[in-house]
Amino acid sequence: MKPPDFQLSRNAFGRLVLTTRDGHVYENIVPVRAFPISAPNDGLALIDQEGHERAWIGSLSALESDTETRALIETTLAEREFTPRILRLHHVSTFATPSTWRISTDRGETSFVLKSEEDIRLLSASSLLITDRDGVQYRIPNIAALDKHSKRLLDRFL
Amino acid sequence: MPKCALAAKFFYSAAVGAKASPVMTQTLEALPSATAALPASLPAAWQTSVSLLPNEKILGWAVVDLDARLRFAQELLVVTDQRLFSCALSPENKPVYREWGRHDGLRLSHYDHAGVGTLELFDDHARLHRWRYTLAQDVAILRVIQAFSQWQEIRSADEESATSCPVCGTPLSTDSDECTNCAVSGNIAPPSTWILFRLWRFARPYKGSLLLGFVLMLASTAASMVAPYLIMPLTDEVLVPAEKGVPVDVGLVALYLGGLFASALLAWGLGWGKTYLLALVSERIGADLRTASFEHLMHLSLEYFGGKRTGDLMARISSESDRICVFLSLHLLDFATDVLMITMTAVVLFWINPWLALVTLLPLPFIAWMIFLVRERLRTGFEKIGRAWSEVTNVLADTIPGIRVVKAFAQEARETKRFQEANRHNLVANDRVNRLWSLFSPTVSLLTEIGLLVVWIFGIWQVSQSHISTGMLLAALAYIGRFYTRLDSMSRIVSVTQKAAAGAKRIFDILDHVSNVPEPANPAQLPTVRGQIELRHAVFRYGNQTVLRGINLSIAPGEMIGLVGHSGSGKSTLVNLICRFYDAAEGAVLLDGVDIRTLSVVDYRRHIGLVLQDPFLFFGTVAENIAYGRPGATREDIIAAARAAHAHEFILRLPHGYDSRVGERGQGLSGGERQRISIARALLIDPKILILDEATSSVDTETEKEIQTALDNLVRGRTTIAIAHRLSTLHKADRLLVMDRGQIVEEGAHEMLIARRGAYFRLYEAQARRVDTEFVSTPWNNAVSATDRSSK
Ligand SMILES: Nc1ncnc2c1ncn2[C@@H]1O[C@H](COP(=O)(O)OP(=O)(O)O)[C@@H](O)[C@H]1O
Ligand SMILES: [Mg+2]
Repeated sequence: MKPPDFQLSRNAFGRLVLTTRDGHVYENIVPVRAFPISAPNDGLALIDQEGHERAWIGSLSALESDTETRALIETTLAEREFTPRILRLHHVSTFATPSTWRISTDRGETSFVLKSEEDIRLLSASSLLITDRDGVQYRIPNIAALDKHSKRLLDRFL
Repeated sequence: MPKCALAAKFFYSAAVGAKASPVMTQTLEALPSATAALPASLPAAWQTSVSLLPNEKILGWAVVDLDARLRFAQELLVVTDQRLFSCALSPENKPVYREWGRHDGLRLSHYDHAGVGTLELFDDHARLHRWRYTLAQDVAILRVIQAFSQWQEIRSADEESATSCPVCGTPLSTDSDECTNCAVSGNIAPPSTWILFRLWRFARPYKGSLLLGFVLMLASTAASMVAPYLIMPLTDEVLVPAEKGVPVDVGLVALYLGGLFASALLAWGLGWGKTYLLALVSERIGADLRTASFEHLMHLSLEYFGGKRTGDLMARISSESDRICVFLSLHLLDFATDVLMITMTAVVLFWINPWLALVTLLPLPFIAWMIFLVRERLRTGFEKIGRAWSEVTNVLADTIPGIRVVKAFAQEARETKRFQEANRHNLVANDRVNRLWSLFSPTVSLLTEIGLLVVWIFGIWQVSQSHISTGMLLAALAYIGRFYTRLDSMSRIVSVTQKAAAGAKRIFDILDHVSNVPEPANPAQLPTVRGQIELRHAVFRYGNQTVLRGINLSIAPGEMIGLVGHSGSGKSTLVNLICRFYDAAEGAVLLDGVDIRTLSVVDYRRHIGLVLQDPFLFFGTVAENIAYGRPGATREDIIAAARAAHAHEFILRLPHGYDSRVGERGQGLSGGERQRISIARALLIDPKILILDEATSSVDTETEKEIQTALDNLVRGRTTIAIAHRLSTLHKADRLLVMDRGQIVEEGAHEMLIARRGAYFRLYEAQARRVDTEFVSTPWNNAVSATDRSSK
């Protein structure tokens, strides 16, 4: 893969700054995944604060040679992205919605309110994306990997 | 048309459409059954009263069924190659003629109001005559009008007839086997129970399982017959002797009781097997039926959908097929078991004692008679329920997508009322059937109780005469008890059968409908498409309203055509013909010189990209929607298409980028965003022909500009037909066509058309004025989009 035709750096405010080959400098650059769910590592756009695309990265692995840029992008993405992975369902308040779920995630224990069953989005036959009342999203990458108790609780909502 | 038209045997249903009309039905009965004849032969009832001139040839006729004071009275109206005449019967049954020869300016016109049609004959100076008729005669009248114009033009007679419906004479499109007029008049015969046998088509693949299920059923029923039979030896060989002081033979008792238990166990096992197997099969039959009707529905032409209501179709495919499935898995199964049981019981009873058996079977004829009585009414009742139910679904299918309008106009209460009303209809329809039905079931029970009573009386008498043993009577009574419970449940089959028959009819309505955009038997192949489109004298009608009147048009490969004209001038219809959503009634549409009717529909449409004014998005992700026409597209392709459609950036702003869900019908997006996604969708299939039907009409000017640049990308190198309201959007067009009332009235480049000061000039003038007002509102537009953005 050819090296990216831009340069990325972080300024004193902690924001990304993009310098394109033709010398344009854009501040407050935000990396955005085009397919955050189906192909998170393919297709990344660097968007300026007006919402215009300023650079396109076909694949994160294309940045292999440029570890610095890649690290910059990945840390920025990590700062922006918050999709805890559900490890276990402890308790659900009711099987009708709205329902309060007490769960363990890879980021700790928490509870959230599921507003309606439509907020559970089946990504594939075995993976789920759950959006809570406040818009926080929880992933279950593999339902089969959950323990029995969690599976039984979850099953009531599917 | 044959010379022997008059002598030809009469085929009345030729006058169709009329099946519903009482007047017609009456005539129908009086007529001999039909062999083939042409619509132009006169009805037998009139043949004697009408005398023709020598060599006179009938072009068309109709029976007008109202007189001038709108009372039912028949009058025959005939167009021949020499004259137009009508013939009524006077009260004394004498024919009364009116007759007009051919002269200039003679014309017929017709209109209808409140179910009554009026046909008027004019010449240049005055109205000569007026006929009135019920709309059941509309088809025949249209035929007369057609014949009349034919007479006026004196076209050669054999040129016609090939393209007209064999039933009603309405012109057909060449490939269509279905006549729009006949379809409208419809077949309103009540559903027959026989229609259920047509379900066999869906059962055939499961023949083996069905047979096995049937064998199991037979065996389990037989097993359950053993128990009552054992009562006989138990009573006669154990109980009665025991009563008389003979010691009980334990071995014998153990044998009989063991037999009782074993038979119960066997019946249980077999019964489970049969129920499970047959339920499995019937569920599959139901699923096949659903899939088949949906698949068929998908292939029907747009015209079909235009005439149907969403809710109704939904109800048919979902709940009716489910009803049939329940019927097959539950009721039919029960019924078959019941019949078997009753037959076997009857056989056993006859074997025990024929007289006892005869007495037992006494109520059967009564029940049969009752079933016969209510059957008809139940069936029509259930069909009504089906329709009422569809109405309920219709309201739902209507209101839910239109919820924004409902709320905007604060009409929630009214929609609720509409729903209530539909629901009430459903209730009323159900009540009517239930009233009948609730009476039916207890009556059967009563009859069975009386039957039991009779058997007791007869049995006691027989035992007292020592014709039969007590054991026999007890066994007989045990059998009879089962027999009657079976009879009772069996009588219930009447209602469910009728229900299922009504449902099957409504599904077969869909399945039997032949698409009037048919697939050719041997489709021609077009390996490479250049994109040259030609229309040759294309005529199109919606029903009887002619929307396109002979369009001749040739579009070179890669040319961009701008189509303008007042709304309602037929622009979309023209495009529909090119997309082959409809077939031209006359004339042809050709792609690279090949009639598109000879091409496979699916193959042909693959070359067409269509962007509509109100783009439809499906429930799913943005990426899925863009890739709708090419499900195998790679992510790179999708992004490239979105970029070209200027959709990429706004898609990236969505919470999940290309993986965001757009919601049903794309609710989650603005009109302009939806539009750009639909442009990307059209771009992705890389079509040779691109059709834009007011693609930018529903968005604000700023979005339009963005879409316009997207479209400019799209147009390059493709044959393009762009319909636009704002003439400015057509600045790239190679050629402009101006349509007016179904015709192309002007054609040429912008400057040329302006210089001509014709229709285009007037359109342009009117718009120029509008643009002025648009300028005034520009700041407002900006303000809106600014807030739009900040809210994101
Ligand atoms: N599905 C339909 N059924 C009956 N009439 C229709 C149908 N669609 C359009 N029409 C009629 O056909 C005429 C032309 O319509 P259309 O081609 O949509 O006009 P345009 O696109 O030029 O505004 C109009 O008079 C309209 O009322
Ligand atoms: Mg239109």
